[in-house]
Amino acid sequence: MADTYYDPKDLRKFGKITEWSEELGTKFFDYYGSVFEEGALSAREKSLIALAVSHVVKCPYCIDAYTKDGLQKGITKEEMMEAVHVGAAIESGATLVHGVQMMNKYNKLSM
Amino acid sequence: MATKSLKAKGDELAVSNKQLEILNGGIFAEGELPYFKDKINEIGHFPLRPAKLEILQINVGYMCNQVCEHCHVDAGPDRKEIMTRETMYQCLDVIRNTGAHTLDLTGGAPEMNPDFRWFVEEAAKAGIKDFIVRSNLTIIRANKKYYDLPEFFKKHNVHVISSMPHYTRGKTDKQRGDGVFDKSIKALQELNAVGYGLPGSGLRLDLVYNPSGAYLPGDQMALEADFKKALKEDFDIVFHNLFAITNLPIARFLDYLIASENYEDYMYALVEAYNPAAVENVMCTNTISISWDGWLYDCDFNQMLDLKVASKVKHIKDYNEDILNDRNIIISQHCYGCTAGAGSSCQGTVA
Ligand code: SF4
Ligand code: SF4
Repeated sequence: MADTYYDPKDLRKFGKITEWSEELGTKFFDYYGSVFEEGALSAREKSLIALAVSHVVKCPYCIDAYTKDGLQKGITKEEMMEAVHVGAAIESGATLVHGVQMMNKYNKLSM
Repeated sequence: MATKSLKAKGDELAVSNKQLEILNGGIFAEGELPYFKDKINEIGHFPLRPAKLEILQINVGYMCNQVCEHCHVDAGPDRKEIMTRETMYQCLDVIRNTGAHTLDLTGGAPEMNPDFRWFVEEAAKAGIKDFIVRSNLTIIRANKKYYDLPEFFKKHNVHVISSMPHYTRGKTDKQRGDGVFDKSIKALQELNAVGYGLPGSGLRLDLVYNPSGAYLPGDQMALEADFKKALKEDFDIVFHNLFAITNLPIARFLDYLIASENYEDYMYALVEAYNPAAVENVMCTNTISISWDGWLYDCDFNQMLDLKVASKVKHIKDYNEDILNDRNIIISQHCYGCTAGAGSSCQGTVA
Protein backbone atom coordinates (compact mmCIF):
# COMPACT_ATOMS: atom_id res chain seq x y z
CA MET A 1 0.00 0.00 0.00
CA ALA A 2 1.19 3.51 -0.77
CA ASP A 3 2.38 5.57 2.19
CA THR A 4 -0.14 8.09 3.38
CA TYR A 5 -0.03 10.81 5.99
CA TYR A 6 -2.58 8.99 8.13
CA ASP A 7 -2.03 5.43 9.33
CA PRO A 8 -4.91 3.93 11.36
CA LYS A 9 -2.35 1.97 13.42
CA ASP A 10 -0.90 5.27 14.70
CA LEU A 11 -4.02 5.73 16.82
CA ARG A 12 -2.81 2.86 19.03
CA LYS A 13 0.33 4.91 19.73
CA PHE A 14 -1.53 8.01 20.90
CA GLY A 15 -0.64 7.26 24.52
CA LYS A 16 3.06 7.46 23.63
CA ILE A 17 2.71 11.24 23.23
CA THR A 18 3.65 11.44 26.92
CA GLU A 19 7.10 10.00 26.18
CA TRP A 20 8.44 13.27 24.81
CA SER A 21 6.81 15.43 27.41
CA GLU A 22 5.69 13.47 30.40
CA GLU A 23 4.27 16.39 32.32
CA LEU A 24 2.20 18.04 29.61
CA GLY A 25 1.13 14.73 28.10
CA THR A 26 -0.10 13.45 31.46
CA LYS A 27 -1.90 16.69 32.15
CA PHE A 28 -3.64 16.40 28.81
CA PHE A 29 -4.75 12.81 29.35
CA ASP A 30 -5.96 13.56 32.87
CA TYR A 31 -7.98 16.47 31.54
CA TYR A 32 -9.25 14.44 28.61
CA GLY A 33 -10.32 11.62 30.91
CA SER A 34 -12.18 14.01 33.20
CA VAL A 35 -13.98 15.69 30.32
CA PHE A 36 -15.47 12.41 29.18
CA GLU A 37 -16.65 11.25 32.58
CA GLU A 38 -20.36 11.16 33.28
CA GLY A 39 -21.33 14.68 34.40
CA ALA A 40 -24.12 17.16 33.76
CA LEU A 41 -24.00 15.62 30.30
CA SER A 42 -24.15 11.86 29.99
CA ALA A 43 -21.20 9.93 28.56
CA ARG A 44 -23.50 9.07 25.66
CA GLU A 45 -24.19 12.74 24.86
CA LYS A 46 -20.50 13.56 25.11
CA SER A 47 -19.67 10.77 22.71
CA LEU A 48 -22.05 12.22 20.11
CA ILE A 49 -20.62 15.71 20.59
CA ALA A 50 -17.11 14.30 20.16
CA LEU A 51 -18.18 12.53 16.99
CA ALA A 52 -19.64 15.71 15.52
CA VAL A 53 -16.53 17.71 16.43
CA SER A 54 -14.28 15.00 14.96
CA HIS A 55 -15.92 15.62 11.63
CA VAL A 56 -15.72 19.37 11.92
CA VAL A 57 -12.00 19.29 12.74
CA LYS A 58 -11.66 16.53 10.14
CA CYS A 59 -9.59 14.21 12.28
CA PRO A 60 -9.67 10.66 10.90
CA TYR A 61 -8.30 9.23 14.15
CA CYS A 62 -11.09 10.83 16.17
CA ILE A 63 -13.73 9.75 13.65
CA ASP A 64 -12.58 6.13 14.00
CA ALA A 65 -12.34 6.40 17.76
CA TYR A 66 -15.75 7.99 18.32
CA THR A 67 -17.57 5.80 15.82
CA LYS A 68 -16.28 2.84 17.80
CA ASP A 69 -17.08 4.56 21.08
CA GLY A 70 -20.64 5.18 19.86
CA LEU A 71 -21.04 1.51 18.94
CA GLN A 72 -19.77 0.52 22.38
CA LYS A 73 -22.33 2.77 23.98
CA GLY A 74 -25.14 1.30 21.90
CA ILE A 75 -25.63 4.50 19.89
CA THR A 76 -27.36 3.82 16.57
CA LYS A 77 -26.08 4.81 13.15
CA GLU A 78 -29.06 7.15 12.71
CA GLU A 79 -28.09 9.01 15.89
CA MET A 80 -24.48 9.17 14.74
CA MET A 81 -25.39 10.59 11.35
CA GLU A 82 -27.65 13.19 12.93
CA ALA A 83 -24.74 14.28 15.09
CA VAL A 84 -22.56 14.62 11.99
CA HIS A 85 -25.26 16.77 10.39
CA VAL A 86 -25.32 19.00 13.44
CA GLY A 87 -21.57 19.47 13.06
CA ALA A 88 -21.93 20.07 9.34
CA ALA A 89 -24.75 22.58 9.84
CA ILE A 90 -22.76 24.56 12.38
CA GLU A 91 -19.68 24.41 10.22
CA SER A 92 -21.45 25.61 7.08
CA GLY A 93 -23.40 28.16 9.12
CA ALA A 94 -20.13 29.43 10.47
CA THR A 95 -18.79 29.82 6.96
CA LEU A 96 -21.92 31.52 5.77
CA VAL A 97 -22.27 33.89 8.70
CA HIS A 98 -18.89 35.33 7.71
CA GLY A 99 -20.71 36.43 4.59
CA VAL A 100 -22.04 39.25 6.76
CA GLN A 101 -18.47 40.40 7.34
CA MET A 102 -17.89 40.23 3.61
CA MET A 103 -21.03 42.26 2.99
CA ASN A 104 -20.03 44.82 5.62
CA LYS A 105 -16.58 45.19 4.12
CA TYR A 106 -17.92 45.36 0.61
CA ASN A 107 -20.41 48.04 1.55
CA LYS A 108 -17.79 50.02 3.44
CA LEU A 109 -15.38 49.99 0.54
CA SER A 110 -17.94 50.70 -2.11
CA MET A 111 -19.39 54.03 -3.06
CA MET B 1 -25.95 -12.79 8.51
CA ALA B 2 -24.67 -16.35 8.69
CA THR B 3 -26.89 -19.06 7.15
CA LYS B 4 -25.01 -22.22 8.07
CA SER B 5 -22.62 -23.28 10.79
CA LEU B 6 -18.92 -23.36 9.97
CA LYS B 7 -19.13 -27.10 10.49
CA ALA B 8 -21.83 -27.54 7.84
CA LYS B 9 -19.83 -25.40 5.43
CA GLY B 10 -16.75 -27.53 6.02
CA ASP B 11 -14.91 -24.34 6.96
CA GLU B 12 -11.38 -24.88 8.22
CA LEU B 13 -12.22 -22.81 11.31
CA ALA B 14 -14.74 -25.49 12.35
CA VAL B 15 -11.70 -27.38 13.58
CA SER B 16 -10.66 -26.18 17.02
CA ASN B 17 -6.95 -26.77 16.36
CA LYS B 18 -7.07 -24.34 13.49
CA GLN B 19 -8.63 -21.71 15.75
CA LEU B 20 -5.95 -22.25 18.39
CA GLU B 21 -3.26 -22.01 15.74
CA ILE B 22 -4.59 -18.59 14.71
CA LEU B 23 -5.00 -17.43 18.30
CA ASN B 24 -1.49 -18.41 19.29
CA GLY B 25 0.21 -17.37 16.06
CA GLY B 26 0.65 -14.08 14.18
CA ILE B 27 0.72 -11.01 16.39
CA PHE B 28 1.28 -13.16 19.47
CA ALA B 29 4.00 -15.44 18.09
CA GLU B 30 5.80 -12.40 16.67
CA GLY B 31 5.82 -10.76 20.08
CA GLU B 32 3.78 -7.78 18.92
CA LEU B 33 1.29 -8.58 21.68
CA PRO B 34 2.06 -10.36 24.97
CA TYR B 35 0.73 -13.86 25.66
CA PHE B 36 -2.12 -13.97 28.19
CA LYS B 37 -0.06 -16.39 30.23
CA ASP B 38 2.73 -13.82 30.66
CA LYS B 39 0.29 -11.06 31.55
CA ILE B 40 -1.27 -13.01 34.40
CA ASN B 41 2.12 -14.31 35.48
CA GLU B 42 3.13 -10.68 36.15
CA ILE B 43 0.47 -10.49 38.86
CA GLY B 44 1.08 -13.94 40.29
CA HIS B 45 -1.98 -15.62 38.80
CA PHE B 46 -0.21 -18.18 36.65
CA PRO B 47 -1.14 -20.96 36.69
CA LEU B 48 -4.74 -19.88 37.01
CA ARG B 49 -6.42 -21.97 39.70
CA PRO B 50 -10.08 -22.56 40.52
CA ALA B 51 -11.62 -21.19 43.71
CA LYS B 52 -14.76 -22.73 45.19
CA LEU B 53 -17.10 -24.27 42.61
CA GLU B 54 -20.31 -22.26 42.39
CA ILE B 55 -21.74 -22.80 38.92
CA LEU B 56 -22.37 -25.92 36.90
CA GLN B 57 -22.89 -24.97 33.29
CA ILE B 58 -24.39 -27.70 31.17
CA ASN B 59 -24.50 -27.44 27.40
CA VAL B 60 -27.35 -29.71 26.29
CA GLY B 61 -26.57 -29.43 22.58
CA TYR B 62 -25.40 -27.25 19.73
CA MET B 63 -28.69 -27.33 17.83
CA CYS B 64 -30.29 -23.90 17.49
CA ASN B 65 -33.10 -22.31 15.49
CA GLN B 66 -30.82 -19.35 14.78
CA VAL B 67 -27.45 -18.94 13.11
CA CYS B 68 -26.15 -15.75 14.69
CA GLU B 69 -23.15 -14.20 13.07
CA HIS B 70 -21.19 -13.93 16.32
CA CYS B 71 -21.96 -17.35 17.78
CA HIS B 72 -18.97 -18.80 19.62
CA VAL B 73 -20.71 -22.19 19.75
CA ASP B 74 -21.08 -22.32 15.95
CA ALA B 75 -24.63 -23.45 16.68
CA GLY B 76 -27.41 -23.76 14.13
CA PRO B 77 -30.26 -25.90 12.81
CA ASP B 78 -27.69 -28.11 11.09
CA ARG B 79 -25.87 -29.04 14.30
CA LYS B 80 -27.00 -32.43 15.55
CA GLU B 81 -24.95 -32.74 18.75
CA ILE B 82 -27.51 -33.27 21.51
CA MET B 83 -27.14 -34.49 25.09
CA THR B 84 -28.71 -37.92 25.60
CA ARG B 85 -30.84 -38.93 28.55
CA GLU B 86 -28.05 -41.19 29.71
CA THR B 87 -25.68 -38.23 30.06
CA MET B 88 -28.48 -36.23 31.66
CA TYR B 89 -28.80 -38.92 34.34
CA GLN B 90 -25.10 -38.51 35.01
CA CYS B 91 -25.59 -34.74 35.23
CA LEU B 92 -28.47 -35.19 37.66
CA ASP B 93 -26.24 -37.24 39.95
CA VAL B 94 -23.71 -34.45 39.93
CA ILE B 95 -26.40 -31.80 40.50
CA ARG B 96 -27.65 -33.67 43.56
CA ASN B 97 -24.19 -34.02 45.04
CA THR B 98 -22.51 -30.76 44.15
CA GLY B 99 -21.69 -27.81 46.37
CA ALA B 100 -22.49 -25.48 43.47
CA HIS B 101 -25.46 -23.16 44.02
CA THR B 102 -26.15 -22.35 40.37
CA LEU B 103 -27.14 -24.53 37.46
CA ASP B 104 -26.81 -22.90 34.08
CA LEU B 105 -28.37 -24.67 31.08
CA THR B 106 -27.16 -23.51 27.73
CA GLY B 107 -26.82 -24.57 24.07
CA GLY B 108 -27.53 -23.88 21.13
CA ALA B 109 -31.14 -23.44 22.01
CA PRO B 110 -31.39 -25.77 25.01
CA GLU B 111 -35.15 -26.00 24.53
CA MET B 112 -34.58 -27.90 21.27
CA ASN B 113 -33.16 -30.92 23.07
CA PRO B 114 -36.07 -33.44 23.06
CA ASP B 115 -35.38 -34.28 26.71
CA PHE B 116 -35.13 -30.64 27.79
CA ARG B 117 -38.39 -30.52 29.74
CA TRP B 118 -37.81 -33.82 31.42
CA PHE B 119 -34.35 -32.66 32.44
CA VAL B 120 -35.60 -29.33 33.80
CA GLU B 121 -38.26 -31.11 35.85
CA GLU B 122 -35.76 -33.54 37.32
CA ALA B 123 -33.07 -30.93 37.89
CA ALA B 124 -35.53 -28.54 39.55
CA LYS B 125 -36.26 -31.23 42.14
CA ALA B 126 -32.59 -31.32 43.08
CA GLY B 127 -33.02 -28.00 44.86
CA ILE B 128 -30.36 -25.87 43.25
CA LYS B 129 -30.65 -22.24 44.41
CA ASP B 130 -30.39 -20.49 41.08
CA PHE B 131 -31.59 -22.50 38.08
CA ILE B 132 -30.80 -20.67 34.86
CA VAL B 133 -31.96 -21.42 31.35
CA ARG B 134 -30.31 -19.41 28.58
CA SER B 135 -33.03 -18.81 26.06
CA ASN B 136 -32.56 -17.07 22.74
CA LEU B 137 -36.21 -15.86 23.01
CA THR B 138 -37.19 -16.58 19.39
CA ILE B 139 -37.47 -20.27 20.20
CA ILE B 140 -40.52 -19.39 22.30
CA ARG B 141 -42.17 -18.11 19.11
CA ALA B 142 -40.57 -20.55 16.66
CA ASN B 143 -43.23 -23.21 16.77
CA LYS B 144 -46.51 -23.91 18.59
CA LYS B 145 -44.92 -26.64 20.67
CA TYR B 146 -42.80 -23.99 22.38
CA TYR B 147 -45.54 -21.41 23.00
CA ASP B 148 -46.11 -22.59 26.57
CA LEU B 149 -42.45 -22.27 27.57
CA PRO B 150 -43.04 -19.13 29.68
CA GLU B 151 -45.58 -21.07 31.77
CA PHE B 152 -43.27 -24.06 31.93
CA PHE B 153 -40.37 -21.89 33.13
CA LYS B 154 -42.62 -20.31 35.72
CA LYS B 155 -43.80 -23.67 37.02
CA HIS B 156 -40.23 -24.69 37.74
CA ASN B 157 -39.13 -21.28 38.93
CA VAL B 158 -36.47 -21.11 36.25
CA HIS B 159 -34.31 -18.01 36.00
CA VAL B 160 -34.47 -16.94 32.36
CA ILE B 161 -31.47 -15.23 30.80
CA SER B 162 -32.07 -14.12 27.26
CA SER B 163 -29.95 -12.67 24.55
CA MET B 164 -30.99 -9.33 23.10
CA PRO B 165 -28.41 -7.60 20.92
CA HIS B 166 -30.14 -4.21 20.83
CA TYR B 167 -33.40 -2.42 21.47
CA THR B 168 -33.67 -1.43 17.82
CA ARG B 169 -34.88 -3.76 15.07
CA GLY B 170 -32.11 -2.97 12.60
CA LYS B 171 -29.20 -3.87 14.83
CA THR B 172 -30.80 -6.99 16.24
CA ASP B 173 -31.86 -8.42 12.89
CA LYS B 174 -28.47 -7.71 11.36
CA GLN B 175 -26.70 -9.82 13.94
CA ARG B 176 -29.27 -12.55 14.41
CA GLY B 177 -31.40 -12.72 11.27
CA ASP B 178 -34.50 -11.10 9.79
CA GLY B 179 -37.54 -11.19 12.02
CA VAL B 180 -35.55 -12.01 15.17
CA PHE B 181 -36.29 -8.65 16.76
CA ASP B 182 -40.07 -8.87 16.43
CA LYS B 183 -40.13 -12.46 17.69
CA SER B 184 -37.88 -11.56 20.62
CA ILE B 185 -40.11 -8.65 21.59
CA LYS B 186 -43.17 -10.88 21.47
CA ALA B 187 -41.41 -13.52 23.58
CA LEU B 188 -40.38 -10.91 26.15
CA GLN B 189 -43.95 -9.65 26.35
CA GLU B 190 -45.13 -13.18 26.96
CA LEU B 191 -42.57 -13.71 29.68
CA ASN B 192 -43.73 -10.46 31.27
CA ALA B 193 -47.34 -11.60 30.98
CA VAL B 194 -46.74 -14.62 33.24
CA GLY B 195 -44.83 -12.46 35.72
CA TYR B 196 -41.24 -12.66 34.53
CA GLY B 197 -39.10 -9.57 35.01
CA LEU B 198 -41.66 -7.61 36.99
CA PRO B 199 -40.22 -5.51 39.80
CA GLY B 200 -40.29 -7.48 43.04
CA SER B 201 -41.11 -10.64 41.13
CA GLY B 202 -39.32 -13.83 42.07
CA LEU B 203 -39.38 -14.77 38.41
CA ARG B 204 -36.05 -13.47 37.21
CA LEU B 205 -35.63 -12.27 33.68
CA ASP B 206 -32.23 -10.92 32.70
CA LEU B 207 -30.99 -9.91 29.30
CA VAL B 208 -27.61 -10.49 27.75
CA TYR B 209 -26.11 -7.93 25.46
CA ASN B 210 -23.10 -8.56 23.31
CA PRO B 211 -21.78 -6.15 20.73
CA SER B 212 -22.88 -6.70 17.14
CA GLY B 213 -19.42 -6.28 15.71
CA ALA B 214 -15.73 -5.89 16.34
CA TYR B 215 -15.88 -3.69 19.41
CA LEU B 216 -16.09 -4.12 23.16
CA PRO B 217 -19.25 -3.57 25.17
CA GLY B 218 -19.64 -0.19 26.83
CA ASP B 219 -20.52 0.41 30.46
CA GLN B 220 -23.00 -2.25 31.61
CA MET B 221 -25.02 0.10 33.81
CA ALA B 222 -25.41 2.74 31.13
CA LEU B 223 -26.45 0.11 28.58
CA GLU B 224 -28.92 -1.37 31.04
CA ALA B 225 -30.49 2.06 31.60
CA ASP B 226 -30.80 2.64 27.83
CA PHE B 227 -32.33 -0.82 27.25
CA LYS B 228 -34.78 -0.40 30.11
CA LYS B 229 -35.93 2.98 28.92
CA ALA B 230 -36.33 2.00 25.27
CA LEU B 231 -38.00 -1.38 25.87
CA LYS B 232 -40.41 0.12 28.38
CA GLU B 233 -41.33 3.13 26.26
CA ASP B 234 -41.59 1.30 22.94
CA PHE B 235 -42.97 -2.10 23.95
CA ASP B 236 -43.94 -1.89 27.62
CA ILE B 237 -41.34 -4.57 28.43
CA VAL B 238 -39.60 -4.84 31.79
CA PHE B 239 -36.70 -7.00 32.90
CA HIS B 240 -34.33 -7.22 35.84
CA ASN B 241 -30.70 -6.84 34.76
CA LEU B 242 -28.68 -6.52 31.62
CA PHE B 243 -25.39 -8.43 31.39
CA ALA B 244 -22.87 -6.96 28.98
CA ILE B 245 -20.68 -9.69 27.56
CA THR B 246 -17.55 -9.36 25.44
CA ASN B 247 -17.45 -11.49 22.30
CA LEU B 248 -14.58 -13.95 22.47
CA PRO B 249 -12.58 -14.62 19.31
CA ILE B 250 -13.85 -18.15 18.83
CA ALA B 251 -15.74 -20.00 16.08
CA ARG B 252 -18.06 -17.77 14.04
CA PHE B 253 -16.98 -14.58 15.76
CA LEU B 254 -13.36 -15.41 14.96
CA ASP B 255 -14.40 -16.16 11.39
CA TYR B 256 -16.17 -12.80 11.20
CA LEU B 257 -13.15 -10.97 12.64
CA ILE B 258 -10.83 -12.51 10.09
CA ALA B 259 -13.18 -12.07 7.13
CA SER B 260 -13.86 -8.42 8.00
CA GLU B 261 -10.13 -7.78 8.57
CA ASN B 262 -10.77 -6.78 12.15
CA TYR B 263 -8.94 -9.63 13.85
CA GLU B 264 -5.71 -7.82 14.70
CA ASP B 265 -7.39 -4.60 15.78
CA TYR B 266 -9.80 -6.53 17.96
CA MET B 267 -6.99 -8.44 19.67
CA TYR B 268 -5.15 -5.14 20.20
CA ALA B 269 -8.31 -3.68 21.73
CA LEU B 270 -8.68 -6.67 24.07
CA VAL B 271 -5.05 -6.56 25.15
CA GLU B 272 -5.13 -2.80 25.59
CA ALA B 273 -8.25 -3.09 27.76
CA TYR B 274 -6.66 -5.87 29.87
CA ASN B 275 -7.68 -5.26 33.45
CA PRO B 276 -5.63 -7.17 36.05
CA ALA B 277 -8.43 -6.64 38.59
CA ALA B 278 -10.71 -8.85 36.48
CA VAL B 279 -8.36 -11.85 36.51
CA GLU B 280 -9.33 -13.09 39.93
CA ASN B 281 -13.01 -13.33 39.03
CA VAL B 282 -12.94 -14.85 35.58
CA MET B 283 -15.71 -17.37 35.11
CA CYS B 284 -13.51 -20.47 35.05
CA THR B 285 -12.53 -19.89 38.68
CA ASN B 286 -16.00 -20.83 39.94
CA THR B 287 -17.55 -22.76 37.05
CA ILE B 288 -17.37 -26.17 35.44
CA SER B 289 -18.70 -26.52 31.93
CA ILE B 290 -20.13 -29.86 30.80
CA SER B 291 -20.55 -30.60 27.12
CA TRP B 292 -23.43 -32.45 25.43
CA ASP B 293 -21.33 -35.62 25.43
CA GLY B 294 -20.32 -35.32 29.07
CA TRP B 295 -16.78 -33.96 28.83
CA LEU B 296 -15.65 -31.40 31.38
CA TYR B 297 -14.19 -28.00 30.57
CA ASP B 298 -13.05 -24.90 32.45
CA CYS B 299 -15.65 -22.81 30.60
CA ASP B 300 -17.95 -22.81 27.58
CA PHE B 301 -15.23 -21.16 25.49
CA ASN B 302 -12.67 -23.85 26.26
CA GLN B 303 -15.38 -26.35 25.40
CA MET B 304 -15.68 -24.88 21.92
CA LEU B 305 -11.90 -25.00 21.52
CA ASP B 306 -11.98 -28.59 22.78
CA LEU B 307 -9.59 -27.83 25.63
CA LYS B 308 -10.71 -30.41 28.19
CA VAL B 309 -9.90 -29.86 31.86
CA ALA B 310 -6.35 -30.62 32.90
CA SER B 311 -7.39 -33.18 35.50
CA LYS B 312 -7.54 -36.93 36.01
CA VAL B 313 -11.30 -36.43 36.02
CA LYS B 314 -12.21 -35.44 32.49
CA HIS B 315 -15.69 -36.87 32.05
CA ILE B 316 -18.88 -36.53 34.01
CA LYS B 317 -19.07 -40.27 34.59
CA ASP B 318 -15.94 -39.97 36.78
CA TYR B 319 -17.01 -36.68 38.38
CA ASN B 320 -15.25 -35.85 41.62
CA GLU B 321 -15.38 -32.26 42.77
CA ASP B 322 -12.33 -32.41 45.01
CA ILE B 323 -10.06 -33.92 42.39
CA LEU B 324 -11.45 -31.58 39.78
CA ASN B 325 -10.94 -28.51 41.87
CA ASP B 326 -7.27 -29.32 42.20
CA ARG B 327 -6.35 -28.42 38.64
CA ASN B 328 -4.72 -25.71 36.58
CA ILE B 329 -7.10 -23.88 34.27
CA ILE B 330 -6.21 -24.04 30.60
CA ILE B 331 -5.76 -20.62 29.09
CA SER B 332 -4.97 -19.14 25.70
CA GLN B 333 -5.21 -15.75 24.00
CA HIS B 334 -9.02 -15.87 23.86
CA CYS B 335 -8.94 -15.38 27.65
CA TYR B 336 -8.14 -11.70 27.07
CA GLY B 337 -11.85 -11.44 26.29
CA CYS B 338 -12.70 -12.23 29.91
CA THR B 339 -10.35 -9.63 31.37
CA ALA B 340 -10.96 -6.67 29.06
CA GLY B 341 -12.31 -3.52 30.70
CA ALA B 342 -14.76 -4.40 33.43
CA GLY B 343 -14.24 -8.07 32.58
CA SER B 344 -16.78 -10.45 31.13
CA SER B 345 -18.51 -13.61 32.19
CA CYS B 346 -21.84 -15.30 31.58
CA GLN B 347 -23.16 -13.02 34.34
CA GLY B 348 -21.79 -9.85 32.80
CA THR B 349 -18.95 -7.75 34.18
CA VAL B 350 -16.74 -9.15 36.92
CA ALA B 351 -14.42 -6.34 38.02
S1 SF4 C 1 -25.66 -17.10 19.64
FE1 SF4 C 1 -27.19 -18.31 20.72
S2 SF4 C 1 -29.05 -18.02 19.53
FE2 SF4 C 1 -27.37 -17.41 18.23
S3 SF4 C 1 -26.81 -19.25 17.06
FE3 SF4 C 1 -25.51 -19.20 18.88
S4 SF4 C 1 -26.58 -20.42 20.38
FE4 SF4 C 1 -28.07 -19.88 18.79
S1 SF4 D 1 -11.91 -18.00 28.35
FE1 SF4 D 1 -12.46 -19.52 29.87
S2 SF4 D 1 -10.48 -20.21 30.65
FE2 SF4 D 1 -10.13 -18.26 29.66
S3 SF4 D 1 -10.31 -16.74 31.29
FE3 SF4 D 1 -12.30 -16.92 30.26
S4 SF4 D 1 -13.41 -18.34 31.51
FE4 SF4 D 1 -11.24 -18.61 32.01
